[in-house]
Amino acid sequence: MAAANDYKWRRDKDGQGVWEHRGKVAIAGLGHSPVDRRWDGVSMDQTLGAYCILACQKAMDEAGITADQVDGIICCDSHIAGPSGGSASKWAPRPYFDSPYDSELGLTLVNAEWLIKTMGLKNVKFAPTKLPTIGEMVGMAAQAVGDGMCTNCLMIYPCGNLEGRYRRGGENADDYARGPRQWTVPWGNHGGNDFINTFPFNQYCLKYGGHHDDLAPFVINQHKNGMLTPWGFNYNHDIEPITVEDYVKSRYILNPLRIWDCDRPVQASTAYLFTTADRAKDMRQKPVYVLNHSQHNFKQPSTQADLDTIEKWTDHAAKRMYEGAGLGPKDVDLFNPYDGYSVMTQFYLEAFQWHGVKRGDALQFYAGDISVKGPHPFSSSGGNLGNGRTRSAMYTDSIEQLRGTAGARQVTVRAETALAAFTTPPSGGWLMLGKHPN
Amino acid sequence: MPKLIPVADELSKPFWDAVNAKRLVLQRCTGCSKLQYPPQKTCQVCGNAALEWKEVSGKGHIATYIVIEDGRLNRRMPDQPYNLALITLDEDPTVNFYSNLPGTPPYKVPVGAAVEVTFEDVAPGQLIHEWCVVN
Repeated sequence: MAAANDYKWRRDKDGQGVWEHRGKVAIAGLGHSPVDRRWDGVSMDQTLGAYCILACQKAMDEAGITADQVDGIICCDSHIAGPSGGSASKWAPRPYFDSPYDSELGLTLVNAEWLIKTMGLKNVKFAPTKLPTIGEMVGMAAQAVGDGMCTNCLMIYPCGNLEGRYRRGGENADDYARGPRQWTVPWGNHGGNDFINTFPFNQYCLKYGGHHDDLAPFVINQHKNGMLTPWGFNYNHDIEPITVEDYVKSRYILNPLRIWDCDRPVQASTAYLFTTADRAKDMRQKPVYVLNHSQHNFKQPSTQADLDTIEKWTDHAAKRMYEGAGLGPKDVDLFNPYDGYSVMTQFYLEAFQWHGVKRGDALQFYAGDISVKGPHPFSSSGGNLGNGRTRSAMYTDSIEQLRGTAGARQVTVRAETALAAFTTPPSGGWLMLGKHPN
Repeated sequence: MPKLIPVADELSKPFWDAVNAKRLVLQRCTGCSKLQYPPQKTCQVCGNAALEWKEVSGKGHIATYIVIEDGRLNRRMPDQPYNLALITLDEDPTVNFYSNLPGTPPYKVPVGAAVEVTFEDVAPGQLIHEWCVVN
């Protein structure tokens, strides 16, 4: 089976033109497991493995295909919140359950090989290893189908969470700073999107005016949208809506970053079925077409990216995505950027200039009507903040909006194109989807 | 403050050796003269592999800061809350450093103020570079 490092699938260069498979690949099925706060370490029907199998089965059922029709599996080796957490994310050694659970695979770890074996997927011919997170895997799945590496490709994103404080183990419990961490952790930066974005957000407020509390309308709206999302954590756990007062009085994590600026780690899995546009026409759901995928991995010029760098990176990513999709800001109906810390989302909104929002405009835009029934239904998914850290709400909502099946979240504006991402400003990817192939 | 102890590698050893001698040195490209930090194998601007170590003035300014109130590093928990400032180097403001700003109370950070480098013990025989506000 092909290995990811042998397969040139990325669209991470400038000047590649409109994607050669534009409109020829479709998403025909999606499936979500329940979204729990944590795995209790006991319930075998709620392990990460069990949830991945459940998500895959739902995606196949939704599309109307059987396991023997699946010939591609794209699933990152995953533990807490994907592979991005480093050793700080890994479960401490402990006894296993009885056979076949003689390793973490199926419990807190999942990969393609385990899924193929456990699900009895006999006809898989494409199952690469060493995969990135969901933000790039969706692009890989689209490219693989377009290139003919496989025809019915399940892309799975496992996202685990366990008892105890999030990412407090491994290298975060170490007394030493090794490798790239020698330049960050002695002073307290343990790494992550919070550190990447909070410094430039402060500079943003200084440059354009505004205050951290001006993020409140956006965060509150994410929670509202989450309560309109039947598969999400907030909806299923009766999470009380937050108010402006709740938000501005909430405790700080990395002052000015507050607890409500952070997404809630969860135990969940999501699966999408990618296939050719031709085959999708005969499947159960209305196809949602892939109009482009793009990736970026920008080199940090020094210890910390500042506002100028972040704006340059996000502008660059937007230009690359628009070029490959053959679309511009006015063509995008739905915009579901990543919100895994609220302090970064304005960088994407302004870079992509969705609904005419330009640099420095975002906080004012948030203060307007961004509800799903209004004229600017920004982040209609509710994102991670409204649904838990599945990192998939942005894609699922985009698919459902284009199908016209978003239920209470269904926007009232035109819904023919949607842009979604799990990304950070320096690295990740974007996915452009369309109701029509052209 | 029990800070984490940096472990030098082949690339960073000259830097940490200099810090342990209370000198701040950065890589400088012999082709385009760009300073860079943290150290890399080649120049990030022109790709030149011929880099030299150059001592810099150790003067900078505070660009912005956050206060770590609930971080994830076990060793730093007792210090919370503490400042984490972003310092730009006067010789080249695109070069930046982190600092806990020793001597500046949490939340009392004068953004824009001048700072100068200092060196702090984190373990026997190991210093790290820090920055203090210039009064």
